[in-house]
Amino acid sequence: MKVTIKYFASIREAIGQGSESRETSALTLADLRDELLAASPAHAASLARGKAVRMAVNQVMQGETALLADGCEVAFFPPVTGG
Amino acid sequence: MATARVSIQTGDFNLAGEVDTLRKNDKRVGAVCTFTGTVRDRNDGLSVSSMELEHYPGMTEKAIEAMIDEAIERFDIFAARVVHRVGLLQPLDQVVMVAVTSAHRGESFQACEFLMDYLKTQAPFWKKEETPEGARWVDARVSDDAALAKWGIRAFNA
Repeated sequence: MKVTIKYFASIREAIGQGSESRETSALTLADLRDELLAASPAHAASLARGKAVRMAVNQVMQGETALLADGCEVAFFPPVTGG
Repeated sequence: MATARVSIQTGDFNLAGEVDTLRKNDKRVGAVCTFTGTVRDRNDGLSVSSMELEHYPGMTEKAIEAMIDEAIERFDIFAARVVHRVGLLQPLDQVVMVAVTSAHRGESFQACEFLMDYLKTQAPFWKKEETPEGARWVDARVSDDAALAKWGIRAFNA
């Protein structure tokens, strides 16, 4: 299936792009994160499990057990700092 | 409600005008509480000359709409409005405003604080500040997670 992945703030800068489209067999956010960790050194560094990375599926914050569906929009970003 | 409850914009906002619109023709209103956040010229020991605010278009609006729904569920309020700026801002600039109306002050005071506590840890905005040592992304604060916890909500942000 195909997913759109968005990156924001420091993660966007580290990966060097704001979004990418990806063909994946990942069932969950955790699976997709594993795939991305292997995608490039920049992905590996900025999405590493020890790092504070927050995630959303279809624009709602989710944990790694969240299920993915064809065409969904996934986002990875650092802790939020608005207000 | 005729007016949008949430606006994300690069331009400035006018608090008095926003309040006028929020309580217009609503004779039930006996209390209006507002909060305004502005850009400081110092943060974490360094002077700040400017700040760039990034957000996640779409999710930001959705997240804040959900927060307002939750505030209406929890508190006896009539209306709420949140305006948040993005883009390049300078010290003294306004960043965010929350306004809430209710019959009596207690509910709007509480709802206003609740909305800000929620926004700080759950709305996808990120600040990058310009300092004498270069640009840096602002770190999330554990104290902001603690502020939301007092409403019985775990933040998991910082």
